Amino acid sequence: MKRILIAILLGMATPMGAFSQTNYNNVQLPDPEQERKAVELMETIRCVVCQGQSITGSNADLAADMRGMIRERIARGEKPEDIRKWLIQNYGEWVSFKPQMGGNSAPLWLLPLLALAGGVYLARSRFKNRRG
Amino acid sequence: MIAEAGHAALWLAAVMALLQFTLGALGLSSRFKNFLPSTAPTAVVQSVLACISFICLIILFVRSDMSVLLVATNSHSDKPMMYKIAGTWGNHEGSMLLWVTILGIGGATVALFERALDIRTKVATLAAQGVIALGFYAFLLFSSNPFTRINPAPANGQGLNPLLQDPGLAFHPPTLYMGYVGMSVAFSFAIGALVTRDVGPAFARAMRPWILGAWIFLTIGITAGSYWAYYELGWGGWWFWDPVENASLMPWLAATALLHSVTVLATRDSLRAWTIMLSVVAFSMSMIGTFLVRSGILTSVHSFAVDPTRGGFILILLALYIGGAMALFALRIGTVREGNRFEAVSREGALVFNNLLLSTILVVVLVGTLYPLALEATTGTKLSVGAPYFNSVAGPMALILMVGMAVGPLLKWRYDKSKAVLERMAVPILLAALATLLIAIFVGPTAILPLVGLVVAAGVAAASIAPLWKRNLRRTPLFTWGMVIAHLGCAVSIAGMAADSAFTKEALVAMQIGQSQKVGPYTVTLKNISEIPGPNWSALDAEMVVQKGDSAPFIMHPQSRTFRDPPMETSESAIATAWNGQLYLVVGIPTDNSGYPIRMWWKPFVTLIWLGGILIALGGLLSLIGRIDRDLFRGFRSFGRKEKLA
Amino acid sequence: MKRVWLWAPFAIFITLIAVFAAGLINPSDRVVASGLVGRAVPQFALPGALDPAAGLSNQSFGDGKPKLLNVFASWCIPCVAEAPALMQLKNQGAEVVGIAVHDRPDALQKFLSENGNPYSAIGDDPQSRTQIAFGSAGVPETFVVDGSGIIRHQHVGIITPDDVPIIMAKLRAVE
Repeated sequence: MKRILIAILLGMATPMGAFSQTNYNNVQLPDPEQERKAVELMETIRCVVCQGQSITGSNADLAADMRGMIRERIARGEKPEDIRKWLIQNYGEWVSFKPQMGGNSAPLWLLPLLALAGGVYLARSRFKNRRG
Repeated sequence: MIAEAGHAALWLAAVMALLQFTLGALGLSSRFKNFLPSTAPTAVVQSVLACISFICLIILFVRSDMSVLLVATNSHSDKPMMYKIAGTWGNHEGSMLLWVTILGIGGATVALFERALDIRTKVATLAAQGVIALGFYAFLLFSSNPFTRINPAPANGQGLNPLLQDPGLAFHPPTLYMGYVGMSVAFSFAIGALVTRDVGPAFARAMRPWILGAWIFLTIGITAGSYWAYYELGWGGWWFWDPVENASLMPWLAATALLHSVTVLATRDSLRAWTIMLSVVAFSMSMIGTFLVRSGILTSVHSFAVDPTRGGFILILLALYIGGAMALFALRIGTVREGNRFEAVSREGALVFNNLLLSTILVVVLVGTLYPLALEATTGTKLSVGAPYFNSVAGPMALILMVGMAVGPLLKWRYDKSKAVLERMAVPILLAALATLLIAIFVGPTAILPLVGLVVAAGVAAASIAPLWKRNLRRTPLFTWGMVIAHLGCAVSIAGMAADSAFTKEALVAMQIGQSQKVGPYTVTLKNISEIPGPNWSALDAEMVVQKGDSAPFIMHPQSRTFRDPPMETSESAIATAWNGQLYLVVGIPTDNSGYPIRMWWKPFVTLIWLGGILIALGGLLSLIGRIDRDLFRGFRSFGRKEKLA
Repeated sequence: MKRVWLWAPFAIFITLIAVFAAGLINPSDRVVASGLVGRAVPQFALPGALDPAAGLSNQSFGDGKPKLLNVFASWCIPCVAEAPALMQLKNQGAEVVGIAVHDRPDALQKFLSENGNPYSAIGDDPQSRTQIAFGSAGVPETFVVDGSGIIRHQHVGIITPDDVPIIMAKLRAVE
């Protein structure tokens, strides 16, 4: 319920400002390769207002502004991973949907590996030992 | 009156559930053996009472009886009739009532139709069902009574979340719940078998239709939910690795593994402990799913009715049932005789491979979904785990699993020769190679995962039909057809996913009226924008003319809707389906004077994703019919034949 | 030994339950905190929202005097509720500067004349670029910046009258 209320407040709070210069919030970059890079990054950046979505799939203003910002920076030749680092520096690890290998996200890879190893061990005991 | 009647029926149903458990538990001890036969009737009565209670709630919603708190807070007298009815389960209390109702029906069905199983195991199963139901009745009666009245009654009611005013709502939650409840029946069978130590082929055959049934509903539920999110959220995505989506995927993964391991148990009397464990895990995933969705402890695009206090109740039930089952497992499984061992290159071997990978994928989804929660609870660090993690870890494993799926059905039970298997795989391998060649020639460089997806899909599609080769199709058992179609469905679905991610064309533009834009093979022109009033919303409606080459143009109407009760904006995407894909248009509300923000996607073969889902469910259905026919009714039929002979 | 391993599923399950319980008992505050606390104000230069000449930039900080930086907007309903607390802070001697996000001069003028103007300068941030640079996830948010231009504290959401002494204390502490 609280979430809905927030969404409503945000919806009502939509500004009607008019900007004349082209902004890339909802428009693609002319260069398809740059656009591909930008979208690839945007899909992994979490919208800081709506929380559950990436900024590619959000109607929130701040998400739209972040899309515009990312497109502009990519167009200026910045590397996607540098932009990600900058955003992580500003908003914390939380803002990236792509956990970095190692550190406090190591269990994300270790636990499935452990499960697989345990599974292989269990399964091995079910097979006949042909040589034996 | 109706509210009171529904409330009373709910109480009586709870009493019956208690009785069902008590009679069953007593009946299992040798002193009260004569209680054994009375357990089944109580299960039937309990289900009838639960149904009455649920019907009462539907009537209250249909009549818009605003003196009932639940109706007042979730419905509105102006709402279309269909959503009034669907509103019954579009909220916490109603959906929990639906849960116990389906649970009751499941128990009654076991009571009435299960005949192959030993009576003690059947009664133990029903007693377990009674306990599960009792917990949920307590939950409803003490902390989420759907029949509470309010005084004074409001005039109109508060309405239903606009995103939920959709045909999808009428369909999606009940389907998933049927799947969850089906898993609870399989769970109860596992408990019953642990109590009586009766784990063997007969038990596996009794449990199998329930797993199949649950699995069919989960498949339909996930497929429908995915399509619903696809057209409702308006960003062209069909799977977001969102916690709520994962919560529905996890039981499906466990059920799929269980479905395959139970076949090994039924056919070769092996994997006994593992099958029991998987049935417990599958139901625990269903309950964890319900817990995650209802408690709202994880942020999600899809959670609408969250309440942490109620989450506590579900968590306690979860801890009691699953914790109890795991403890029972640890105590009892040592005394269950180990099943047969088998050769590595054999059908059993392939099914173990399937279980190994499915379980690992399940762990990946579980860890990825819950790790942020665990990390924040222990260190306070906030972390996000999203599509990049799941795609890169679960994606390759799913593709390896697909390869196993191609080979598995071509292996013989007990023992097979590797060389012979390779020969049988010649055509599928050839087809996969051909697909690689075609993609290389006509498409050019593609991202690696979609490319491998397309290639594997081609191979699996061919291999999945292979078990029918050189067979008399009329005498092929129905469940073999089921397997073939379900596996083909997987190939079709994977092909759709790969095609969508490799070939989608996107155009995000700000358009003035009269402007045109190309996307894929289509030219889209914004012809007009108008305001359209709806029953409880008003919409910005875009009239868009779409033309492909020289063919006749057609018109599409994406809308941006503004709802009044409660106030909210949603985009209604317009989707045109062609044989080779979908054109997806969305209009937004302009924020400046550069034009109307319009999003367009041409998604080649995206429909295969859901078509594959439907095929998988259809395969399950054929299998279910075949299994019921063979496992449950074979006994009667051979009995009848003997009579005729005599 | 084998007996013990049979309890492994139970143990894993209990761990899961513990995680869930922790999540329920101590739910996430869902606040997206800025990573800039403890760091220097990021580089930015905004024209004035009302008078383009009187803008705001990172040069405005670090002059030896601590400041409150309030990220707000005239269209933001909670910001109206926050306005009296900001006035109170100003009256107690705090220097308040503002960043107006997605705003227009006429709407902003109306907002200030209705709710009071505690700001010594307001930067115009039409596309939230500076807001993003500060790691701010919404409006209103307030940063305490010390005299050398280092961000010392972030307050997410509206400043209630109860928060005023706390913010004042933070400001005094970094003087």
